[in-house]
Amino acid sequence: MTEIQNYTLNFGPQHPAAHGVLRLVLEMDGEVIQNADPHVGLLHRGTEKLAESKPFNQSIGYMDRLDYVSMMCNEHGYVLAIERLLGIEVPIRAQYIRVMFDEITRILNHLMWLGAHGLDIGAMTMFLYCFREREDLMDCYEAVSGTRMHATYYRPGGVYRDLPDEIPRYEPNRWRSKKEIARLNRNRTGSFLDFIEDFTVRFPGRVDEYETLLTDNRIWKQRTVNIGVVSPERAMQLGFTGPMLRGSGVEWDLRKKQPYETYADVDFDIPVGVNGDCYDRYLVRIEEMRQSNHIIKQCVDWLREHPGPVIVDDHKYAPPSREQMKGEMESLIHHFKLFTEGYTVPAGEAYAAIEHPKGEFGAYIISDGANKPYRLKIRAPGFAHISSMHEMVVGHMLADVVAVIGTQDIVFGEIDR
Amino acid sequence: MKPRYEALAQRISARFGDRLSAVDSTCGELTYELDKADLLDVALRLRDDEDFRFEMLVDVCGVDYLTYGKAEWQTEEATSTGFSRGAVPENIVPDDDATFEPRRFAVVYHLLSISGNYRLRLRVFTGPDNPPVVPSVVEIWSVANWFERETFDLFGILFDGHPDLRRILTDYGFIGHPFRKDFPLVGNVEVRYDPERSRVIYQPVSIEPRTLVPRVIRDDNRYSDDLKDESA
Repeated sequence: MTEIQNYTLNFGPQHPAAHGVLRLVLEMDGEVIQNADPHVGLLHRGTEKLAESKPFNQSIGYMDRLDYVSMMCNEHGYVLAIERLLGIEVPIRAQYIRVMFDEITRILNHLMWLGAHGLDIGAMTMFLYCFREREDLMDCYEAVSGTRMHATYYRPGGVYRDLPDEIPRYEPNRWRSKKEIARLNRNRTGSFLDFIEDFTVRFPGRVDEYETLLTDNRIWKQRTVNIGVVSPERAMQLGFTGPMLRGSGVEWDLRKKQPYETYADVDFDIPVGVNGDCYDRYLVRIEEMRQSNHIIKQCVDWLREHPGPVIVDDHKYAPPSREQMKGEMESLIHHFKLFTEGYTVPAGEAYAAIEHPKGEFGAYIISDGANKPYRLKIRAPGFAHISSMHEMVVGHMLADVVAVIGTQDIVFGEIDR
Repeated sequence: MKPRYEALAQRISARFGDRLSAVDSTCGELTYELDKADLLDVALRLRDDEDFRFEMLVDVCGVDYLTYGKAEWQTEEATSTGFSRGAVPENIVPDDDATFEPRRFAVVYHLLSISGNYRLRLRVFTGPDNPPVVPSVVEIWSVANWFERETFDLFGILFDGHPDLRRILTDYGFIGHPFRKDFPLVGNVEVRYDPERSRVIYQPVSIEPRTLVPRVIRDDNRYSDDLKDESA
């Protein structure tokens, strides 16, 4: 009789459930995982090294490309670290805009996660539902920054420009009937903030729809309950942050515990899980979407009533307006210096962390007083999460690996940097 | 600095004395430098002592201080030719010597205490050894495993006691440590498909590195105490 041996299975790097370019080398005993060794780095672009060769502002665009499903949050971490080094105070309206867009980004990220996670473990419809709502939020990105994904909207000292007055509408065209166009434009007749408010009114109902499909779904629960259980002690040891840590029952959210921008002034709750399995993390993220929606609503109300500057008035850091630049010598010089050389940052070091949709996203900058960072280290939440892959999947079946990859909410842009 | 952090700083100096030396940080964050021989002992106490309870290691990163404080534009005249805006790249020769400048490589640890809600930064210089070595903290915080692999990969810093110190971010079979300051931004090799040998080959890079914006350090009177503007 031949002896049955363990065998090694190569999962990815081109596997649709690997969420990018993850190569997992799995040692299997039958269908049970004995050892998992993730190979990452296939998307390594050297973002941190590139940043060392560029003036501070030119790297903001690279931040969007780290975690490419929560773009503005990455910018936020980086910009916050620069502001801390420069010691500049951001105008209050810009802070509210940042909070609002951070939460829009959180919903964007969680929708992408929910859709992809569902698709991976057998809930095809979720993907279509989630992308329907993502489209509206992408339009918000486009309206403020001119681009749907890689916004480069946050700048040291504030945001690039104030919110637009209106949201772009669909133009009449020969492929869609007048009625259809009118339906698409129905919530686009008012201002930009009206559009977002309309979204916040609609969105809780949409989350209910997702929950009807999944929360009590027998198959969904079979695939997620008691899969990838992590105790709170292990979660801290493994460097988990964000929903991964909260799913294990640790009440830790930087927005509450170490508030930045105006998070101290808005009202929201932190959901926590109990069992630390994939299902609890799913529930945590679903509730986070509802809380984010609540925060967005408060920001919209505040922003409506408080016009004001959105970027610091110090032209050593923020460029003067086009009009000023054309009319005043001093502004012209500032503009020229900013765009050819950038600003120099006092020597020192700063670590700024924000509650990114995936966990704690931090930017650690060492400056030696030059116009470029001496060293930039990006602390990506996904990197710590995926390093626990072995511990989370050992003893599970092959199909559960996909559920664990999904629950870790992995995006390779930030892991590989 | 916030009073909470001042209290923490006092507790740390009471507990560790001059084993941890505080670094002046511009941004109100607590930073300490320590000798690498003390690292494991200090880290364990920071994690377990009731006074500190740093349950989480948030980040580990390497730093190469080779060109710290050097600007590219320290010249009196402008050039009229070529790219790079007059910045002449300094030819950094990779040092193959048996020793480094002792304060060249550092490993920086960011700690977070969830129960106490504070952060702390530790910096360990690797000393003159080539290759640089630092004790591994994997036994204290499991998350250090991959962070130390990354630091090894990018800076060539070895972690003594690490269970599985392999490259992580760079390619299989990569040569060199790309985040060292003597490693060129464009790299040393490029890959292309060779139709004759019908496989992908490595060859020396064909592009020339160039500086788009020179690195400058301005003696800015806003940041310097003795140059402070009277009216400001």
